[in-house]
Amino acid sequence: MTLLAMEPSNLQVLWFILIAVLWTGYLVLEGYDYGVAMLIPFLGKNEKERRVIVNTIGPLWDGNEVWLLTAGGATFAAFPGWYATLFSGLYLPLFLVLAGLIIRGVSFEYRALHPESRWRNTFDWMAATGSFIVPLVFGIGFANFVIGLPVVQAPASDRLHVLAGQPYFWQLFSPFALLGGVVLVVLSLFHGSLFLALKTKGVVHDRAVAFANTIGVVAIVGGAIFLVWKNIAYPSSFGLLDWVCLVAAAGGLAAAWWFNKSERDGIAFAGTTVAILFVAIGIFLRMWPNLGFDNSLIADPAAHLNRVTAASTELTLTIMTVAAAIFVPVVLAYQGWSIWVFRKRLSTKNIPDDVHHVAVPSA
Amino acid sequence: MSPETLARWQFGITTVYHWFFVPVTIALSLLVAVLQTMWYRTGEEKFLRLTKFYGKLFLINFAMGVVTGIVQEFQFGMNWSEYSRFVGDIFGAPLAFEALLAFFLESTFLGLWIFGWDRLPKKIHLATIWLAAIGTMLSAIFILAANSFMQWPMGATYNPVTDRAEMTDFGALFVNPVFLATFPHTLAASYLTAGGLVLAVAGYHLAKLNKPNRTPQEEKDASAYRWATKFGAWIVIVAGAAVSLTGHAQGVIMEQVQPMKMAAAEALYETEGGPGRPMAGFSIFTIGTLDGSRPIFEIKIPGVLGLLAKNDPFAEVEGINNLQAHYAELHAAGAMQTATDGTVNALQKAYAEKLKTVGIDNFAPNIPVSYWTFRLMIGLGMFAMALGAFALWTIRKGRYPQDTRLWRLIMLAAPLAPLFANSFGWIFTEMGRQPWIVAGVLPTASAVSPGVTQLEVIISMGLFTLIYGTLAVVEVGLMAKYAKAGLPQVVEPSIKGEDEVLSFAY
Ligand code: HDD
Ligand code: HEM
Ligand code: HEM
Repeated sequence: MTLLAMEPSNLQVLWFILIAVLWTGYLVLEGYDYGVAMLIPFLGKNEKERRVIVNTIGPLWDGNEVWLLTAGGATFAAFPGWYATLFSGLYLPLFLVLAGLIIRGVSFEYRALHPESRWRNTFDWMAATGSFIVPLVFGIGFANFVIGLPVVQAPASDRLHVLAGQPYFWQLFSPFALLGGVVLVVLSLFHGSLFLALKTKGVVHDRAVAFANTIGVVAIVGGAIFLVWKNIAYPSSFGLLDWVCLVAAAGGLAAAWWFNKSERDGIAFAGTTVAILFVAIGIFLRMWPNLGFDNSLIADPAAHLNRVTAASTELTLTIMTVAAAIFVPVVLAYQGWSIWVFRKRLSTKNIPDDVHHVAVPSA
Repeated sequence: MSPETLARWQFGITTVYHWFFVPVTIALSLLVAVLQTMWYRTGEEKFLRLTKFYGKLFLINFAMGVVTGIVQEFQFGMNWSEYSRFVGDIFGAPLAFEALLAFFLESTFLGLWIFGWDRLPKKIHLATIWLAAIGTMLSAIFILAANSFMQWPMGATYNPVTDRAEMTDFGALFVNPVFLATFPHTLAASYLTAGGLVLAVAGYHLAKLNKPNRTPQEEKDASAYRWATKFGAWIVIVAGAAVSLTGHAQGVIMEQVQPMKMAAAEALYETEGGPGRPMAGFSIFTIGTLDGSRPIFEIKIPGVLGLLAKNDPFAEVEGINNLQAHYAELHAAGAMQTATDGTVNALQKAYAEKLKTVGIDNFAPNIPVSYWTFRLMIGLGMFAMALGAFALWTIRKGRYPQDTRLWRLIMLAAPLAPLFANSFGWIFTEMGRQPWIVAGVLPTASAVSPGVTQLEVIISMGLFTLIYGTLAVVEVGLMAKYAKAGLPQVVEPSIKGEDEVLSFAY
């Protein structure tokens, strides 16, 4: 028998980084549309205002969500062991995520298809609820990756790992994890309200700015507690970098809050973007090399679940690398173009009078 | 219920549900692109109205396709973790490619199409729907390549050190004969379904306009509906023919690599055809004993099964009992090989020794399910084709259909029959593969997630059913509402300025 390698290959390192990039792209992009969707019932006081809010993300949200699907697919392809253990281990939380994605996903399209206000309110609430559940669960999830999910080998196959303690559900709700959930929801709200401020004019814009001003304080305080707690209790193997990420994230949030006050919407939005970026980097630093798993229950280091044992073969990773090198830039280009096409700010003036009469005849 | 049974139900329910929306998305996206191209070329208002009309139905359907698809992406890890670990090295790549190449394209350009009427020049706007349609097709390519691997695992071998299947040749996924047959078959089946939808909605309205003294507006509408009815009917007929031809190709491949599935599809217990035996017959109707070991009553057309399976009415087609004995022998010898025509599969061969330690004794799928789903697939599809031909004949030379109950029933059946044929086709393909999750390699029972408790599956299955059921009611209601609303009035699209009212917003 050949000995299994213990040191990661370059491609394994690269794919860990790429998966981190996909997750980060997802959190940055879909983060704002979660925030915006959560705010529909709150910042839109009448039908037209709510429609302004929905339409800021209408053309973009589905493309944003594909970042999550790609992160999932890439994890499956590059680290099957990671995908298998994580997704089966967190069965119920993932179900909640799926339920949230389903109810929000149909809402944007379907709310417009019926003129009755009860119908629309129902879908607005579904969009808001779904958009609340998903970051909440992912926040709790990522906090648990920071802590480390305890794994053992499955009884029937010693190459397969399962979480220790089944179903692994109540164990997820430690205070640190709950804080993680709340922080991700708040961050999404902050990020989303700044996006809304950037993409709208008039009364919706003003309300978004005011809301961002309040939620920004909560995000700064909550985020700071979470990151300090993380860096002290769960340091990564990269030492100082943890603190660099913390400072960068805090700087981003503070700048976002500050520039929002003077309604420099673009810079403010860039601030939360930077913050989310560095929070994600900090978390993924901690997830190296054990992918967010805690192997302390497994005596034999060769049987640990980590970036080496979970990984696909070099051949698979090579093929995927070539594909990523070609297509990720292409995707970035056309998604960027799409954002540019819809760059104009919206206001209630742009919204046609009766959605019913317009929606039926014209699209 | 065993964890395996539960996981199968969970997967089956969510996948079949996803597939209710997929065929229409795949085919209607392209048909809408064709309609919009006709408008772009001719400038005729009729085509713009048809584009927007069918575009709306397409979007209602698409929304459901997306949200149910997301579930699929995560299901493998959730319910089939040992499967995911075992084949991830080769099976994960097409899934990742699908997301990267297809889903981004679909979702981004569809967003541009929906909201782009007021933002993009005509030509570029037209390109967006074409790109979205191409995206759906790419998606079909990757996922079907993945599924074909499960039917005939090409391009991988077994590594005993890591105890899993590992990729040897990525290209093999796309030259897999099962994939080469499945892709055109599935595509054709999708066009049959979407063609049925186009036909049905237009035919319904055309009958409504069957009355004296039509207003000029009604004349215009009638001409558009007539055009669309014909268009839909022709698609149904051509796609129906394509489905039969490609289905035949699939039958031939299936007999080569999964002869047990073919035997199950025919409830063929004993080998037929070949030297010294009468020709193998295609069963029209067979009832078997309860234990499924032999037939009680059957009607067969001689020779047709040989034709379907081997292009030769006199060919030998092996029966379930023979295959069962043959596989049991191979399995015990550590030489499992599902193909009986001598084709060797590298992964099956390499894994056979290890498989021996798993120990399985039944190599046949559920016979009644295989048998009936196969017939329902073919029967419903051919029925839809007949409806298409009938509709075309009814409206020949400017005639109008009578607005009767019968006509409306026919119009209802035109999309629903092929839709259900699609479901039955998949149920047949997937259940006919049992007891394997990867044919001849990994038994489904070994693939299930060991860490998932019954309670978790039951909770999620119950709630999924609830959510899916509710959404089904909403989506069917919306489809009906917008189908009945008929062709919209349209204004020539134009790029809108800063404070102008948009012609479309959610
Ligand atoms: C032959 C084609 C085909 C097959 C076999 C499947 N799908 Fe599908 N899927 C599509 C064809 C498609 C599509 C045409 O691309 C969809 C359907 C409706 C839609 O909106 O896009 C889609 C949507 C869709 C989405 C949402 C994409 C988005 O957000 O835009 C996901 C994640 C999946 N699918 C994943 C799967 C998985 C993991 C499957 C395997 C069990 C699966 N699909 C079977
Ligand atoms: C849209 C296409 C598909 C449809 C409609 C479909 C349909 C089905 C159905 C009806 C079942 C239930 C069978 C049973 O209960 O015995 C099933 C099971 C399954 N299918 Fe598919 N399938 C599709 C694509 C795929 C793909 C692409 C994969 C994998 C790549 C896949 C993997 C599985 C697995 C793992 C199971 C569970 C095991 C089993 O019971 O067979 N399916 N599928
Ligand atoms: C003469 C008619 C037909 C024949 C001979 C035929 C044959 C087949 C065969 C042999 C398979 C199984 C392939 C495998 O498991 O390896 C299959 C699958 C399938 N069929 Fe058909 N079929 C016919 C008509 C139709 C129609 C009318 C539809 C739908 C409108 C349809 C939809 C499907 C689907 C969706 C699958 C599953 C996907 C796949 O494996 O391609 N088929 N068909």
